Amino acid sequence: MNYIELTVPDSMRNHGTMWSRWKNRGVPAYLLALVLTGFYVMVYWFPEPLAPLASLLDPLAHLLRGSVADRWFLYGTIYTVAVLVMGARMLLRYRTQRYHVYRTLTLMTVQLMMSYLIPALLARMGSKEFYFSYFWPLKPEYLFPSNISALVQSDNGLLMFMGFWTIAMTVVATPVLTYFYGKRWYCSWVCGCGALAETAGDPFRQNSDKTLAAWKIERWMVHSVLATIVAVTGLIWWANIDPTSPIAPYAHEANRVYGFLIGSVFSGVIGVGFYPLMGARVWCRFGCPMAAVLGLLQKYASRFRITTNGSQCISCGNCSTYCEMGIDVRAYAQRGEDIKRASCVGCGVCATVCPRGVLKLENH
Amino acid sequence: MRIVIIGNGVAGITAARHLRKLSDHEIIVVSDEAPYHFSRPAMMYVSMGHMTFDNTKPYEDWFWKKNRIEVVHNKVRLIRKDGGLVIDLESGPSIDADVVILATGSEPAWYGWQGEHLPGVQGYVNKHDLDLLERNLAGARNAVVVGGGLIGIEAAEVLHSRGVHVAMLVREPAFYRKVFPEEESTMVTQHISRQGIELRCSTELEKIVAGENGGRVDHVISSSGEHIQADIVILATGVKPRIDLARASGVDVSRGILVNDRFETSIPNIYAIGDCAEFETGVQQLWYTARAHGEHVARVIVEGAGPYVRGTYFNSAKFFDLEWQVYGVIPPESDESNSVYWSDDSSTRSVRIAQSNGVVSGVHGIGVRLRQETCVHWIENGTMIDVVRKQFQEAVFDPEFTRKVSV
Ligand SMILES: Cc1cc2nc3c(=O)[nH]c(=O)nc-3n(C[C@H](O)[C@H](O)[C@H](O)COP(=O)(O)OP(=O)(O)OC[C@H]3O[C@@H](n4cnc5c(N)ncnc54)[C@H](O)[C@@H]3O)c2cc1C
Ligand code: SF4
Ligand code: SF4
Repeated sequence: MNYIELTVPDSMRNHGTMWSRWKNRGVPAYLLALVLTGFYVMVYWFPEPLAPLASLLDPLAHLLRGSVADRWFLYGTIYTVAVLVMGARMLLRYRTQRYHVYRTLTLMTVQLMMSYLIPALLARMGSKEFYFSYFWPLKPEYLFPSNISALVQSDNGLLMFMGFWTIAMTVVATPVLTYFYGKRWYCSWVCGCGALAETAGDPFRQNSDKTLAAWKIERWMVHSVLATIVAVTGLIWWANIDPTSPIAPYAHEANRVYGFLIGSVFSGVIGVGFYPLMGARVWCRFGCPMAAVLGLLQKYASRFRITTNGSQCISCGNCSTYCEMGIDVRAYAQRGEDIKRASCVGCGVCATVCPRGVLKLENH
Repeated sequence: MRIVIIGNGVAGITAARHLRKLSDHEIIVVSDEAPYHFSRPAMMYVSMGHMTFDNTKPYEDWFWKKNRIEVVHNKVRLIRKDGGLVIDLESGPSIDADVVILATGSEPAWYGWQGEHLPGVQGYVNKHDLDLLERNLAGARNAVVVGGGLIGIEAAEVLHSRGVHVAMLVREPAFYRKVFPEEESTMVTQHISRQGIELRCSTELEKIVAGENGGRVDHVISSSGEHIQADIVILATGVKPRIDLARASGVDVSRGILVNDRFETSIPNIYAIGDCAEFETGVQQLWYTARAHGEHVARVIVEGAGPYVRGTYFNSAKFFDLEWQVYGVIPPESDESNSVYWSDDSSTRSVRIAQSNGVVSGVHGIGVRLRQETCVHWIENGTMIDVVRKQFQEAVFDPEFTRKVSV
């Protein structure tokens, strides 16, 4: 019964959410968290037990990549299936709201094409396995000198395109799109982490912490991660330009530590493993440097905001309860203030669950 | 100066917050319902499992101390004059006050039906009712909701979500017909019926009857003589101002606590705001008005502000999945002669713009969200209906990509 509840939607109503042991941190939620964290730990550091599981996917891997299935192929396949299956649930559940239908379809398509099929086909062609939907600083190595100079200076047209794509997306598209649409264009429409959060993570969104204390920790943490990756990227470039400098040996070590702590432990093990306990956006909120950049742009250089409809708010708290980023939306709405928060990923669920039609995502 | 506020509903709490913003006075809030302020309209979401009770509290518990608002969980028995004002509590020492704000809210209005005190019969207006419903729901299969108002429909939705079969007794010939024009009333009536609620229109409650063995309610008898099975009966026949404390303390009352347009009662330094106050024009028992009273009374007390002027009327509610918003006046007898009406083919969305002599007087939406600022601007500036129709998209507050309204 509880299992069915997780997967089969009952329209947009949230009946019984707070009594569900899956959705409200009961024993099953802790078990699920254990399984998820365990899976990530195995994928990253102890892959042997996964080998038989991966080999089941050999035929598919041959078809797509022209090679046997390794743990990363297994992981990518599970990830994509999760986005597609739970995306279908999302579509059913929010079928009356076009905003959710369109963005969910987009997320599912981007995940399937840009993060799964196209990289596999590129690998099969013997080209670079490239993810067109990820950019610096979420994928820091894309702006590292080894990568970017090789791509841009390549005489292979495809590789050159990848190089210019990375630069254009990071330097031009990110600020421009964020100026017009807010960070949601990426976090709730394109990003793969967002895709999993918005589909598989939807049943857990109410578990995000809404306290002021959590907001303080969030700002401190996410900007520290951003500062760190900026520094690491700088170091790597420095070491590249001046290989004899005394810092050169440390640059790659710093990148390795960052990759382990942030790339693996934070974004993977905690980011997904803690879905059932802290909501699906733990990584996006507390750790993602891309979200931090987009958030700063959203806050200081964007037309996006959530507007409040005059005095219609009844302070009920549905919006805050179901905000996956832990924003206390009600605190603004009940004062008639617009919401312009760096962390808002523009998922639109606050506006959907509001029973008085108080909230609207707007681009001006 | 020490200001004591009685009642921590939205009126009392808004007054406290604004007094704190405007002044350095000592502020004490005494209330007997829940220790901290919660959103009363959110009760239904707790009963349906959308939120926990904690989620309904708009402020974290540290907020009050940080803002130097003392919170006392107690019942006020009496306000006495003894030099200044003295507030007697049900337990513990009395509190001296220089100014008292009565924000005691409202209580259910029942009409002395036979059987209204049987176990299983309850109202749905306060924390006590919220907890009582959980107990009454144990093993319940059938329920009757009496009253076709905004609380009645919320109670019906709550019971329905908990797997209880609901019959609803509505005095009007269709749901909310006293307020809604015919088309809107029909639309909402059909929507409610489609959910599986058994609507008995033009029907009132005759009496409530207990089972043979034991005191719990077994069925009700309606005005048409029908026996309807019920393990739970929710009486949602309206609310009335809670005036017991004011009356006992010698403050002039009628239906509510009588106040002028600066919220002053018959006794100096005692004010009344929110649901419990009665103005020359009557009572105003809405969330938004209570909040506006709280804001204004703080300015009266601290700054000597002038009269409270209520702005253009507005309201909103939700009937199962149908949202409703209204601005200005929409008479229930509206038709083509004095209004423009649009609805889409799903019969879940409609807009009505009321006019007299071509000037817009009200805007009404079901399943369509409407921007308050725009609608109120039109109404207050006597905008012509043709202009409003042409500019109507500006007032639509629906989420992006929603189908257009073509009124
Ligand atoms: C189920 C429900 C849904 C509603 N939904 C809406 C809606 O959607 N939109 C809308 O506009 N309005 C709605 N309302 C009406 C709205 O909630 C009220 O208008 C509003 O809460 C009034 O606020 P208030 O502060 O005046 O009084 P209340 O919220 O009633 O608060 C008064 C408080 O004073 C306390 N008190 C009274 N006497 C004493 C005493 N002697 N000692 C100590 N404490 C005392 C009471 O216990 C209570 O806590 C709804 C009401 C109910 C019951
Ligand atoms: S504020 Fe609203 S749109 Fe933004 S993240 Fe929270 S729920 Fe989503
Ligand atoms: S959900 Fe809507 S009515 Fe409820 S607190 Fe949020 S903005 Fe206000």
